[in-house]
Amino acid sequence: MITSAKYIEAFGENNTIQAVIDGVTKCVPLDPDNTDYQAIQEWVAEGNTIEVAE
Amino acid sequence: MSTIQANLIEPSSGTTVTFGASGDTVALGTGAGVNFRSSRNMIINGNMQVAQRGTSSTDEGYKTVDRFRVSVAGLDEDVTQAQHALTSSDTGPWAKGFRNSYHITNGNQTSGAGAADRVCFQYRSEAQDIDNSGWDYTSGSSYITLSFWIKSSVAQNFYGRLETMDGTQQGYAFETGSLSADTWTKITKTIPGNSNITFDNDANNGLIIEIVAFRGTDKTGSMSLDTWAAYNSAVRVPDMTSTWFTTDDATFEITGVQLEVGSTATPFENKSYGQELEACQRYCQKLHGEVTNSMVSMQLCYSTTGSEGVLYYSKKRVAPTITQYSAGATGWYLHYENTSSVVSAVPTFDSIDSTTCRITALIAATSLQVGEAAYLRTGNAAGSYIIVDAEL
Repeated sequence: MITSAKYIEAFGENNTIQAVIDGVTKCVPLDPDNTDYQAIQEWVAEGNTIEVAE
Repeated sequence: MSTIQANLIEPSSGTTVTFGASGDTVALGTGAGVNFRSSRNMIINGNMQVAQRGTSSTDEGYKTVDRFRVSVAGLDEDVTQAQHALTSSDTGPWAKGFRNSYHITNGNQTSGAGAADRVCFQYRSEAQDIDNSGWDYTSGSSYITLSFWIKSSVAQNFYGRLETMDGTQQGYAFETGSLSADTWTKITKTIPGNSNITFDNDANNGLIIEIVAFRGTDKTGSMSLDTWAAYNSAVRVPDMTSTWFTTDDATFEITGVQLEVGSTATPFENKSYGQELEACQRYCQKLHGEVTNSMVSMQLCYSTTGSEGVLYYSKKRVAPTITQYSAGATGWYLHYENTSSVVSAVPTFDSIDSTTCRITALIAATSLQVGEAAYLRTGNAAGSYIIVDAEL
């Protein structure tokens, strides 16, 4: 279960998502074939928001 | 007795050559052997010997045995999945050289079997691996054969199923037949192709193989076994008895999983640990964690951070998710000049692709110089490691 997600910025753009999934903090690439990225997109489709990078 | 000498025997029609008939014995001469095609098993880690993430977990998903996952829902008490060590008492698989199984111990499902409940083993194959396997999967006279050993502490019939993911999804359900409690049984299922099957030539999920300990009625119903049909999410296997599911601490385990092209189950294709590990690492790779003070990378420092690229051992299926596991920031040290500092937060990863990523460590010290060299290492206690995960 995803409880939070936040972009990590690198080289001037959103590069990675730092997400807490099943209680574990993971670094997820913006790759549509990555299953965690797919899960984050479903989570966003449910009305959740990825926080902007700090 | 006649003697036939030939260099090649081919079927006159179809794809099958048959030797003998029911009740016959086809024997090899003394000292003769049969060379089976290598790399015929499309299942990676089918003997369950690689478990990079750990050997026991109460979480679902990929947590223990590589390439295999547990899927659960509706539990009152978690099940425990584990890489289980077999012994000589495991009659059947032990004699065939299997030393591990993928094992579930049921929890106490106090509210009984609910409609949405499930406990399943799953294996997922890349579509391109099926597409390039040599199986003429749109032909009803071309076959794959799935074989595996299974044992349950509860005597009952179980179901399994295949699910294709590309094009119009197709499903194929089968049963194990009644298993005797605590007795290993070898299951063999020969599965034909079908004109409705599609596999894309890509690295995405193409085929799910599922062995079902229990599924509730939300996903079960009337259906035909041993035949392909359009995938119906609401009816994946027939209605199941809930005996196993409602038995506290019931066990369910499999090993020796092999999926091969052809209509015959050949002996399990034994590989070395190194070969299986290398194949698993396309999907999961554990970095560090075997010793204390494990060197992670050389770092180039900015003012309070050090960053460097990390090269994986092998190219991953896709850009992977990267996770560091430690007791916290104290699991990591950054060395610079003559000093070592505990990092102020656990390392992070970005710029992730299928071969490399960047790791960044942050420290509170102000004495770091821009451009200064340093290195990152794990802490003085074991237990810090990185999991690179590109699973399906």
